[in-house]
Amino acid sequence: MTTQATGAATGTATRTGIDAVAARARELLPAAGVITDRAQLRTYECDGLAHYRVTPALVVVPEDAAQLAAIVRTCAEHGVPFVARGSGTGLSGGALPHAEGVLVVTSRMRAITDVRRADQRAVVEPGVINLDVTRAATPHGYYYAPDPSSQQICSIGGNVAENSGGAHCLKYGFTTNHVLGADFVTPQGDTVALGGAAPDSPGYDLLGAVVGSEGTLGVVTSTTVRLVRLPEEVRTILVGFETTDQAGAATSAIISAGIVPAAIEMMDALAIEAAEAAVHCNYPDGAGAVLVIELDGAAVEVEQEYAEVARLCEENGSFEQRLATDPAERALIWKGRKSAFAAVGRISPDYIVQDGVIPRTALPEVLKAIADLSRESGVRVANVFHAGDGNLHPLVLFDDAVEGAGDAAEKVSGAILDLCIEHGGSITGEHGVGMDKAKYMPRMYTDDDLDTMQLVRCAFDPQNISNPGKVFPTPRLCGEVPGRKKAAHPLQQAGLAEVF
Amino acid sequence: MGTGTDTLTATAREAVASACAQVRDGGDGDEVDGVRPGLVARPADTDQVAEVLRAAAAHGLTVVPRGRGTKLSWGTAPRSADVLLDVSGLDRVLEHAAGDLIVATQAGARLADVQQVVGEGGQWLALDETVPGASIGGTLAANTSGPRRVATGTARDLLIGVTVVRADGVVAKAGGKVVKNVAGYDLGKLVIGSAGTLAVVVDATFRLHPVAPARRWVTVAVDDAARAGALSQDVVHAQVVPSAVEVDWTPAGDGSVSVLLEGREDGVVARADAVRRLLGDAATVGTDAPAAGATYPWDLTATGDLRATALKLTFVLSGLTDVLAAAGAAGASVRGSAGAGVAYAALPSDRPAEEVAAAVDRLRAACASHGGTAVVVDAPAAVKAAVDVWGPVPALDLMRRVKDQFDPDHRLSPGRYVGGI
Repeated sequence: MTTQATGAATGTATRTGIDAVAARARELLPAAGVITDRAQLRTYECDGLAHYRVTPALVVVPEDAAQLAAIVRTCAEHGVPFVARGSGTGLSGGALPHAEGVLVVTSRMRAITDVRRADQRAVVEPGVINLDVTRAATPHGYYYAPDPSSQQICSIGGNVAENSGGAHCLKYGFTTNHVLGADFVTPQGDTVALGGAAPDSPGYDLLGAVVGSEGTLGVVTSTTVRLVRLPEEVRTILVGFETTDQAGAATSAIISAGIVPAAIEMMDALAIEAAEAAVHCNYPDGAGAVLVIELDGAAVEVEQEYAEVARLCEENGSFEQRLATDPAERALIWKGRKSAFAAVGRISPDYIVQDGVIPRTALPEVLKAIADLSRESGVRVANVFHAGDGNLHPLVLFDDAVEGAGDAAEKVSGAILDLCIEHGGSITGEHGVGMDKAKYMPRMYTDDDLDTMQLVRCAFDPQNISNPGKVFPTPRLCGEVPGRKKAAHPLQQAGLAEVF
Repeated sequence: MGTGTDTLTATAREAVASACAQVRDGGDGDEVDGVRPGLVARPADTDQVAEVLRAAAAHGLTVVPRGRGTKLSWGTAPRSADVLLDVSGLDRVLEHAAGDLIVATQAGARLADVQQVVGEGGQWLALDETVPGASIGGTLAANTSGPRRVATGTARDLLIGVTVVRADGVVAKAGGKVVKNVAGYDLGKLVIGSAGTLAVVVDATFRLHPVAPARRWVTVAVDDAARAGALSQDVVHAQVVPSAVEVDWTPAGDGSVSVLLEGREDGVVARADAVRRLLGDAATVGTDAPAAGATYPWDLTATGDLRATALKLTFVLSGLTDVLAAAGAAGASVRGSAGAGVAYAALPSDRPAEEVAAAVDRLRAACASHGGTAVVVDAPAAVKAAVDVWGPVPALDLMRRVKDQFDPDHRLSPGRYVGGI
């Protein structure tokens, strides 16, 4: 698949620029940290979204913030685009390299530099694996709440860039709610402190803008995150229903009762089938849908909430409920859910992981519409999602060996996003816009909305060298007068960029 | 008293008057921290807000937005205020989707009105009303929060969508009406706490929380800053899920620590008992909030030179003891969230400006040594002239660039914010 031209204002990026960055990197880094060999470069050609592939011109693997800043500064001096990448688990092509640019890999910046129990904070480098923050905090009685399904491999830097959350966002909030401060390298190569260890730093909340900006505003080299006290009691319940409608109704009933579980996850029959094939999680036989509900907090209240949740599920048609009685059972329940994406490979050669959001009350209507789409198109769709906050992850299955199947799947996948927008939702809840969904942004936002977002990018990155070509389909050139641009983009007119 | 109306020519007045249904001359009571605006425009809807800003842009007028006017003297005085843009006419609560736990409201609606609407569904917008009568817009612009930020965070954690009008009159939105949404830049974060200097908020969408059926306050008197620090540490590290951990402190070096527990009756009783054991036998358990409630430790009704010097202190949780000790030494009363690391301090209005400036420096040093800051929220003019109101702010250059992009002519609330923004 081809990608759009991402040169934007940096179309002048030349081999000379790349050579200059490589030379600077060789001065700063051990030989292994500067990759120019074509075959080695190709191992970085995609992130978790493998159907976009671009070989970067240069890969550098800095070991500390000073090296990273120096490399970015050299990129700025030569107008060379750069893309930051952590573990490369993103699912929207957010870390897709730039063909004429530098891929800055943070995987060697993996120190947890501080765990301060007294302050409920940890300071971590961007390459730190999400789950390792919790592992470091647990002996102190704490954990790191945002937990993407890929938490065993994804990096904190990527989580910050994408504002990727996970199952526990419903109760505990998203990455942006847990990141308090960051050392940040601007696209000019300057290092600034954003936010801090204490709350409410004076001045504009630049950190709030950076979290979720998908690497288009600069690179975070250290973050101060909030640690959350481990709850006194955790109960994880697996509930089987005959239909997704019943499971959806049970979810609504729980929320309406004023209960905010730590997580409510739903999987439909096809997703269950896939998970069973992959990890033998032993979900209830014959279930058309399961809910994984986790309650946590003070023991007395968890006990009461559990009784109420059990009753509400039963009233809404559950035929089986299993309470995990030990950590192993709890882990097995979660294993089925967290492995669902990968597991789908067991039942389909190819699939698209979609990531849309709807208001939770629209769940039954949207699930029915997805089923209709699937039936009409003949494209199978497995549903795995965060039911509590309406974040859908339809897995659109296809076989690329069958002619036209990929296109049909793309069409269904796009139609699902349209459903989300139509119901007042969003085109992404945690995976990001990246390269993959830039073309959908104008369906959700007006030109004026997008232009206004571009004001932020122009403030941070007037050269347009920080992960260019992501998030926005036709970025306004910094310096253009906002809100009065109605003709084609100059790059488009020049044939340098494509409008989706 | 400055008026800043040199640019307000007859033509410019005419342009503003035709942009908006209600326009009048600025008068007594319209002053923005001592600066009287030339005109007061009170739009009826978003279109009129945009028209006023377009008219202002066309005629080079400065504009200061106002919600309900409860915090107009906060921050620094504007360099100029040709037009006071009063958004109190945009006062509707637009949508309460109880099943989705969200509310959409116009910026001029009072926080209390929003609470009334969503309260009927057993929900609340989890922001304590620290300034009675405050509007949603003003609450966002000043980023106020109270005791219960320990449990539910601040506006930063609750705002999920926002519509703004830019300085050039363009209307733009970011976010939406779902809690989980990472499409595009989070402009809501940028307007929170921006003191009306980036754009005018016209409506906002928030996530809601269910109202807890039961609550208990556990309070103990303390006469030693170290003890207050130790008790607050005991509570935050216990598994009692506090909604608030408050400290109230006098310059004499004594005060109280109070803990709020919310949830189901049985659980709240059990957790309150656990907290009582942590705080000691002298602790009392009750359903009423401490007398101070969620308000600040200064008189919000005082005006002019009678105002106390009001400060916002931030620090990491372990810094509480030192901050309280420094406040005592500086002669400041303190009230705030020991459980969040945010407290408010007041220095009496009758102290000379130089003395207040020295006290601010002392508090600033104490907060800085614990990762935080001390910002002068409000003060008499003489004090504002004698102190650095905002204190040192990192990344100021980047903030200036953001301001320059959003408001290249520095039309909106000029001079009200950090670094003279």
